[in-house]
Amino acid sequence: MSSSPNYLRPIDFKHGHIDMTHGAGGRAAAQLINELFAKAFDNEYLRQGHDGALLPLPSEGRLVMATDGHVISPLFFPGGDIGCLSVHGTINDVAMSGAKPLYLAASFIIEEGFALADLKRIVESMAAAAREAGVPIVTGDTKVVEKGKGDGVFISTTGVGVAPPGLCIDGRQAKVGDVILVSGTLGEHGVAVMSQRESLTFETAITSDTAALHTLVQTMLLALPDTQTLHVLRDPTRGGLATTLNEIAQQSGVDMLINEADIPVLPQVEAACELLGLDPLYVANEGKLIAICAPEVADTLLAAMRAHPLGQGAQRIGTVIEDAHGFVQMATRFGGRRVVDWLSGEQLPRIC
Amino acid sequence: MKYIDEFRDGDSARHIADKIAAEVKPDLAYNFMEFCGGHTHAISRYGIADMLPPNVRMIHGPGCPVCVLPIGRVDLAIRLALERGVILCTYGDTMRVPASNGLSLIKAKARGADIRMVYSAHDALKLAEQHPDREVVFFAIGFETTTPPTALVLRDAKARGLRNFSVLCCHVLTPAAITHILASAEAREIGTVPLDGFIGPAHVSIVIGSQPYVPFAQTFHKPVVITGFEPMDVMQGILMLVRQVNSSRAEVENEFSRVVTPTGNLAAQQIMAEVFELRESFEWRGLGEVPTSALKIRPEFATWDAERKFELVYASVPDHKQCECGAILRGVKRPQDCKLFGTVCTPESPMGSCMVSNEGACAAHYSYGRFRDLALVNKGPTASNSIAT
Repeated sequence: MSSSPNYLRPIDFKHGHIDMTHGAGGRAAAQLINELFAKAFDNEYLRQGHDGALLPLPSEGRLVMATDGHVISPLFFPGGDIGCLSVHGTINDVAMSGAKPLYLAASFIIEEGFALADLKRIVESMAAAAREAGVPIVTGDTKVVEKGKGDGVFISTTGVGVAPPGLCIDGRQAKVGDVILVSGTLGEHGVAVMSQRESLTFETAITSDTAALHTLVQTMLLALPDTQTLHVLRDPTRGGLATTLNEIAQQSGVDMLINEADIPVLPQVEAACELLGLDPLYVANEGKLIAICAPEVADTLLAAMRAHPLGQGAQRIGTVIEDAHGFVQMATRFGGRRVVDWLSGEQLPRIC
Repeated sequence: MKYIDEFRDGDSARHIADKIAAEVKPDLAYNFMEFCGGHTHAISRYGIADMLPPNVRMIHGPGCPVCVLPIGRVDLAIRLALERGVILCTYGDTMRVPASNGLSLIKAKARGADIRMVYSAHDALKLAEQHPDREVVFFAIGFETTTPPTALVLRDAKARGLRNFSVLCCHVLTPAAITHILASAEAREIGTVPLDGFIGPAHVSIVIGSQPYVPFAQTFHKPVVITGFEPMDVMQGILMLVRQVNSSRAEVENEFSRVVTPTGNLAAQQIMAEVFELRESFEWRGLGEVPTSALKIRPEFATWDAERKFELVYASVPDHKQCECGAILRGVKRPQDCKLFGTVCTPESPMGSCMVSNEGACAAHYSYGRFRDLALVNKGPTASNSIAT
């Protein structure tokens, strides 16, 4: 990160495009880093200018680390873009162990020919998301691949956080009798993205729910007299609620019974899914969490979630029951019972 | 959702369930086949089986268009994409149908074939206009529901003289398949359980109307109730079938009268007749060759018929030897009776037709109902009192 760049002409962010020199490690690469990334993400750690950031160690607790690759088409969608998504997704992965996210690293793989205006928009969105979340991007990397060998831009982000001592939140902790809560309505992100896909453009007011959930998690932990009563946290991203509950049921060796009538879904999401033959239970979310807790604290936790802006629509949706098969069953709104299975492959629209 | 929620109301459903329970005769068995995959999906998704008396059994028939698509047809499509370099367009759930050599359209795409998932036949036509230097083939599958849109794009392509577009036509017909289940020599050989009535197709009947089922009901003395896809429709359709069986009637009744008429959509039928003609015979996956059960493109549209254009030669490919799909589609066996079910044949790696789409009998049972096959430690309380809200 040179403080006195020795190039002459500033980058044309309005009309310019990424070319192979931007990834070659020379002057053009340095210019891109200085004029775009360093400027947008600016913080004391990034200013160190090393390949790695020197970070203070937390005095106690355990380090939590999570990494996530972001590959999404289209790159811009109602309510967000790949940039803010890459920040929120990794913050949430760190936060789901009850940790406080501290730092992020970001790696960009950009396709030759990608418009600099779009890159700038994405980077600025990332910077805004990181600032708003209070989690700085402290180090990064940029590579350029030849045209046709990428899909515009791929972003990998890695997050580091710290979990308080004694906290034990993971997918193996669901216990028979526990209560299952969700923080709000499901499926907005997946439907918002799908609404922009090629050959599927439909008019909708649905925006992605992408958000950083770490402050909601901290609020939940503070509300509990004993944090050991919060057993599992998980953000139901790809595969949606159904797949996430199946993962937890399998990891914990329990069955789950959820009640369809209590699962919050916006009517417009339900309508879009109906039109496409999709099931909202399997549609991706980027700003919701599932909490599984001891029954005696469920009301307290629910109240704490509802008091937070990102948990206003929180609902109790089911219970953990005993069964070794690891099924997730659902009492349907209609009065029957069925399995809510893992997603098989990709959820594809039905033919008729 | 207005006009949807009304048909998914639990209280009304329980009311119909009570009526069914009150009206079934305990000494009778009621075996009803729902032909359409959409009904299979509704029955599974809403847990309707739990709401029926034990002597009312629903049997999933061959009405999932993806499931009945034979391997040989998918092979043709894959070869077009892999060897002839065409842009192959098709509906989403066709992508996973297993073909020969461990391939499917998804896997062929991974090997470099240009295969695009489209949401309408018209989207395929648009692609052909956007890529005048490429051959674009629409892999057209489905029953009478998806046939009129294919006919329309063929007519449009001809009108516009769009010569880089063609259709690989695999459209099949409902009444012929229903008749085949009860009438064919092969069916007699395999055997059928006594079927006491049919839930008639919903969307198909919007196009063809209710009249085409009348000869079938009369010839085989089987009641047919054309029924919508909402769970309340299905419950009501079952109640109507129970009543017909109880009074020894075999009529075509229309539960779905809000959209289905006796004669159907005449404009759709006209365009279908203009573009397509009957095939003498067509192979159905799981059922084998079924006479006059499918459509081919008329000679006037030969330029846009991928079979003629690319001189495709169809070769039948048998299913796995132990696959019981044929018997399952006729109601002779249940999915869980098949040795492959849930072991080598799963939704992730389907071996037989019924496991391919989630509307297939085996996939629906695997995904939604297999917990009934296992002795659960805790069957849990009912929906109404299980979860405090």
